[in-house]
Amino acid sequence: MDIASLTIDQVQEGLRGRQFSAVELATAALEFARAENLKTNAYLGFSEERALDAARRVDEKLARGEDAGPLAGVPVAVKDVIVTKGVQTTCGSKLLANYIPPYDATAVERLEAAGGVIIGKTNCDEFAMGSSNENSAFGPVRNPHALDRVPGGSSGGSAAAVAQGTAVVALGSDTGGSIRQPASFCGVVGVTPTYGRVSRYGLTAFASSLDHIGPFGHNVRDAARLLNVIAGRDPLDSTSAEAPVPDYLAHMDGNVKGLKLGLPREYLKDLTSESGDLIGKAIETLKKLGCQVRDISLPTTDYAIACYYVIATAEASSNLARYDGVRYTFRSGSSESLNDMYRNTRGEGFGAECKRRIMLGTYVLSAGYYDAYYLKAQKVRGLIARDFSNAFAEVDAIAAPVSPFPAFKIGEKIDDPMTMYLSDIYTITGSLAGIPCMSVPCGKTAEGLPVGMQILAKHFDEARMFRLADAFERAGGAQN
Amino acid sequence: MKITEEQVRYVADLANLKLTDDEVRKFQADLDEILVHFDRLNEIETSQFDPMAQVLYEAEETATLRPDRDRPGLGNELALANAPLAGSGYFKVPEVIKR
Repeated sequence: MDIASLTIDQVQEGLRGRQFSAVELATAALEFARAENLKTNAYLGFSEERALDAARRVDEKLARGEDAGPLAGVPVAVKDVIVTKGVQTTCGSKLLANYIPPYDATAVERLEAAGGVIIGKTNCDEFAMGSSNENSAFGPVRNPHALDRVPGGSSGGSAAAVAQGTAVVALGSDTGGSIRQPASFCGVVGVTPTYGRVSRYGLTAFASSLDHIGPFGHNVRDAARLLNVIAGRDPLDSTSAEAPVPDYLAHMDGNVKGLKLGLPREYLKDLTSESGDLIGKAIETLKKLGCQVRDISLPTTDYAIACYYVIATAEASSNLARYDGVRYTFRSGSSESLNDMYRNTRGEGFGAECKRRIMLGTYVLSAGYYDAYYLKAQKVRGLIARDFSNAFAEVDAIAAPVSPFPAFKIGEKIDDPMTMYLSDIYTITGSLAGIPCMSVPCGKTAEGLPVGMQILAKHFDEARMFRLADAFERAGGAQN
Repeated sequence: MKITEEQVRYVADLANLKLTDDEVRKFQADLDEILVHFDRLNEIETSQFDPMAQVLYEAEETATLRPDRDRPGLGNELALANAPLAGSGYFKVPEVIKR
């Protein structure tokens, strides 16, 4: 077996044909992941015992002739902001370096119940705050396509794990682009589902009204399959949606003839020429497939960065208040009073980006500024969402870039937070509206750096988004 | 200038964050640049619009309610398992009130 390029279909064929057992696959995947990790730092830890237990259960079921689940034996990597019972979950933070969660996230429980084998926890920006993975307290992840470049962030480890083939699929989290942007930088498929489609129970909170769990895969089918497993109402997350979850694969018939596709003109300026050319070619491919492409406008796009960074940091300042040295492993050693203990623990424990965002969030929520920033941003958020609902009255889906540029060099932008924030422009709009969006590979630059195209659809219309992405992939869209 | 070093120290205090003098200088510059960008929000007229308080549009008003049934909690031992300091079934913190 060529472990680096395995898909879910191939894992299932291999298991059915007795080419390998789930335990053999898990063992090989762990060995491969450990070796590759020396190059990329994609994983923060491996869950060997848990993986082998899960694989054994799959082998036993198969031996008894039972259905072992839609993800039977599939090696999965899980971003380290998603809690795993008994398996260290650091959130990329020094504060949680020794944290062992006492429970599983719902998504984790569901993917294991479906036969998935969690091999390890992936590196990420601290508390999922960043666009390059350089904000991890445990060192940056290196992009498997170019080791001197970032994999994107914040789910850089999950994207890199799938790109290097150490995991067949992975879970990431997305608040403002943290799945789509690393997927595009690493040349894999990454999906941000509709807000509420996947339970957030067990996802360490960053900005609760924007946080999503979503899948990564080598191809659209695999990502859709993983979403099928983790999606659906969960009584433990009151924002999880009741809407039924369709069988996404059943909609992937390659037929997108007549599908109305919008191109937001606000998104096509400011692209580097190579990324722009690749998006242009991708649009041509979609036209050949029979999509009716038309120009659309999302007029409030220019306000999205400000809107997002007010709301996300406000929510973060509140969510991160719990790391105070009382409950979560790390406490500063040198404090006389309770107040000093809080202040020192947080001052020593958080990295620079988390501090910056806590400060910003505290500022915009502080007395006298609430109306000018937070309330204003909530109103603008409504307008951004309205832009999308207006657009979806005219078109079935929207195609757009994911990032203005491909993967950049490690260290290139880290000293300039504003520039880093501005690079999130194409992904945060969808996050603010809460609509499903994904990145699908659409080619490589002359230097061999992957570029992703973004597809956005209306709330709970993942099926159509996947159908379009799958048709594009089948038409050779990634080979531009 | 949108924010002074003094205000940075005040906000850090509200956030229970101990910052070094270097951090205060750096964050003053960073936050200032970001807050200037935030001013862009004032270019857009919003007085006629409601804030977007929730993301799920089409949910029923009672969508977040569930039957009030008891279920087991984590239990004392697991809840304390990650505490930096615990004893007698409690989280331990530095003395708050002098005897």
